[in-house]
Amino acid sequence: MKGIIATIILLTGSVVTAFLLPHLKTPIILALSYGLAALGISVLMRAGQVSFGHAMYVCLAAYSVAFIAKAYPGIDGLVLIVCGVAISTIAGAIIGIFVSKYREIFFGMLNLAISMVLFAVIGKYYNITGGSDGMMISRPSFIGFELERDGFETLLLITTTVSILLVTYFIERFFNSPAGKFLCAIKTNETRLEYIGVSARFVFWKGYVISSSLCGLAGAIFALVQGLVTPEMGYWLKSGELVFISLLGGVAHSFGAIIGAMAFEFLKMYAAILMTDYWHMILGSTLILIIYFAPGGISGWLKNKKYI
Amino acid sequence: MSDLLKTTNLNLSFGSIVVADNIDFSLKEGERLAVIGQNGAGKTTFINICTGLIRPDSGNIYFADEDITKKSARAIVKMGMVRSFQLPQVYSEHTVRECIELSLAARDNKTSLFKSLSSCVDQKEVYEVLTSIQLLDRSDVLAGSLPEGHKKLLDIAMALVLRPRLLIMDEPTSGVSSQEKHEIMRILMGVLDKYKVTSIFVEHDIDIVSQYATRVAAWISGAIAADGAPDMVLNDPVIQEQVLGQSFSRTEPNMNTVKLVKGVS
Repeated sequence: MKGIIATIILLTGSVVTAFLLPHLKTPIILALSYGLAALGISVLMRAGQVSFGHAMYVCLAAYSVAFIAKAYPGIDGLVLIVCGVAISTIAGAIIGIFVSKYREIFFGMLNLAISMVLFAVIGKYYNITGGSDGMMISRPSFIGFELERDGFETLLLITTTVSILLVTYFIERFFNSPAGKFLCAIKTNETRLEYIGVSARFVFWKGYVISSSLCGLAGAIFALVQGLVTPEMGYWLKSGELVFISLLGGVAHSFGAIIGAMAFEFLKMYAAILMTDYWHMILGSTLILIIYFAPGGISGWLKNKKYI
Repeated sequence: MSDLLKTTNLNLSFGSIVVADNIDFSLKEGERLAVIGQNGAGKTTFINICTGLIRPDSGNIYFADEDITKKSARAIVKMGMVRSFQLPQVYSEHTVRECIELSLAARDNKTSLFKSLSSCVDQKEVYEVLTSIQLLDRSDVLAGSLPEGHKKLLDIAMALVLRPRLLIMDEPTSGVSSQEKHEIMRILMGVLDKYKVTSIFVEHDIDIVSQYATRVAAWISGAIAADGAPDMVLNDPVIQEQVLGQSFSRTEPNMNTVKLVKGVS
């Protein structure tokens, strides 16, 4: 419960900041959607598995949004988001059948390989996907409203905030449910799981599908905010960033992924402003400090201190 | 009564090492079988074959008259044959209570994504199980932080709450101090009696074997060297020499009553 309250405080803070400092509105929406994707990674991390390819679901949902928006001009933004999530969930369900068999480095690398196939395909089929230039998305109506850029972003910010709240609530319920606790047991003892008659692979598949739909939600929002999708969204470096955020935020609570994403985005932004040439170094040092002093990430540290 | 567990001509070798040498074995409902034998005699391998962890090179395994030779570990568990492990297999980052609750959820096919685990299972049953293994006061500690003896009990309880027909325990008292051993066996046997579970346990402590088993099977080099009532097997000279060591000779050998299985001279 405390974690949910912390999430509400964080989201309220973000919304207020976005209104007080309008130039931060776009970065905040981007950071929050990143948080959703990182939450997807965290779901798998609770099962002790790390995927280095989940940006493919972000990318897939974003391109779905772009394609559908192009094919059906006048379609509502909310419908686009739903479609993006649906498509990445279906893709996750299918790819999951295959990758749910593997663990640890094999799982991580397999996801990476599949994501790079997607990246290459999108980059090569210039006629259909626009290649590395990507695809533009003209601003759609949102929940029936035809809005200017600013109003559109405000609505997106609210949508993102509400989805994060709902998702956080459901993910926390999930991790308290039998399915969620079975998923965590994959981390510590898969053999025992099989010997109480539970299919570890099916349990893991369910977790994988959840994670892919969260990444899909992030990708769909991302696409609408940016108005542009590029293959870079599915590049392995982006997958790495999602893992970075999960580590930074920790997996003790869903709140971790969201605060991790905020911390990451703003660290990156201000590091780039302050030390243009060395901003990677600041990110790297932060990760080293986190792993050394707070191996459970921000949420792990807060949980230890009983704040959440 | 028909056999609950039966193996016919079970063979398995790892390279040139024969770990299961033509094992013909059967177990009736209600028996409490102790499996003895030196390290490397093939006791654990036999259990692993029966529970679907390892496939035999040849031969068949039947459980309740059904051929389970090619069935998965999970399918065998669902049929009612469960096991515990020599190194206790618990979910180290779950609490003791959650470990039990997860087994109950698995038994009753509760796989909700939304309802909480504790509301999916019968809390009265959780309470009963925790009481019977005497871990009620430690129910909220992480399973990984329990002492070895408690982990063993928890491991066995996680198998037992599945309401099996047959429970196979691989060394339930190894790694536990000798005072604790009897305590564990006493608790265990009480629970087994209560749920009327047929059981097989691998054991090295002869006191425990003679006290709790209704039948003893001795393994030598992948084969069953002797199989019968505890007194008979434990007093067999071959078994005393090759399995128990000389120091265990307590009474005169009684060759006539021991059923010697082929392969051992």
